[in-house]
Amino acid sequence: MALDPSFVGRTYPPTDPYEVGREKIREFAEAIGETNAAYTDSAAAKALGHPDVIAPPTFVFAITFRDAGQVIADPQLGLDYSRMVHGDQKFAYTRPVRAGDRLTVTSTIEAIKSMAGNDIIDIRGEVHDEAGELVVTAFSKLVVRAEKED
Amino acid sequence: MTAQISYDDVEVGTELPARSFPVTRATLVRYAGASCDFNPIHWNEKFAKEVGLPDVIAHGMFTMAEAIRVVTDWVGDPGAVAEYGVRFTKPVVVPNDETGALIEVSAKVAAKLDDDDRTVRVDLTAKSAGQKVLGMSRAVVRLA
Repeated sequence: MALDPSFVGRTYPPTDPYEVGREKIREFAEAIGETNAAYTDSAAAKALGHPDVIAPPTFVFAITFRDAGQVIADPQLGLDYSRMVHGDQKFAYTRPVRAGDRLTVTSTIEAIKSMAGNDIIDIRGEVHDEAGELVVTAFSKLVVRAEKED
Repeated sequence: MTAQISYDDVEVGTELPARSFPVTRATLVRYAGASCDFNPIHWNEKFAKEVGLPDVIAHGMFTMAEAIRVVTDWVGDPGAVAEYGVRFTKPVVVPNDETGALIEVSAKVAAKLDDDDRTVRVDLTAKSAGQKVLGMSRAVVRLA
């Protein structure tokens, strides 16, 4: 069943702040095999002009995707998570995420399309810091594959 | 921000040093924990096959995280990345053995975008087992 296009433009309430921990950044960097000292050594990060260690560019997805879960789980929208795949992902950065940031995410449904039985939903997640400044915008395209006829 | 590459030294077509990133089942378990993405298609072979996949596959976000390392290693400061986007075209299939899979990434400067802002567009190519795994993979980077 196609998703209801009247959901386009709907913005969900912002999340509670996510506090970015220095050790969480280290854990993520190590999990992707990173050795750049900007992720683990605050002196190295400061030498690059950052106030503290920064997170790898894709780190923020864990936070934005958690928020997009509100959309995915919205019973009125009726999206079938078990048939969902990640189609596209894009980030536009004002500045890198860094240790100590307290980030809130506001998700908006940007588009809903139906193509060959697949539902495609575009979600924009705006990530703000405690001062209300935009840090990064995440654009996620999720594809809900058509149910196969038995 | 302290990019270590100067905008003036870069031309359209400049190639970034290519890299290969190995990925095993252990890598995926570790990434699942660090990213909090516990979808069983990334660690449970039985489940992956039941939903029509050939085997366990890497998280798309893991592949995306590896690919941009070619850019951040080149530019020095990861904070120089202004935009980064990919399309997940093919999954990276990770067999249950010591070797796992290899993600091979190359990149080149595709355009000089703004002389004042000193930004360039870098186009990335990521392959695994001979197949292109990311499409439309592009980053905008602010150079020194």
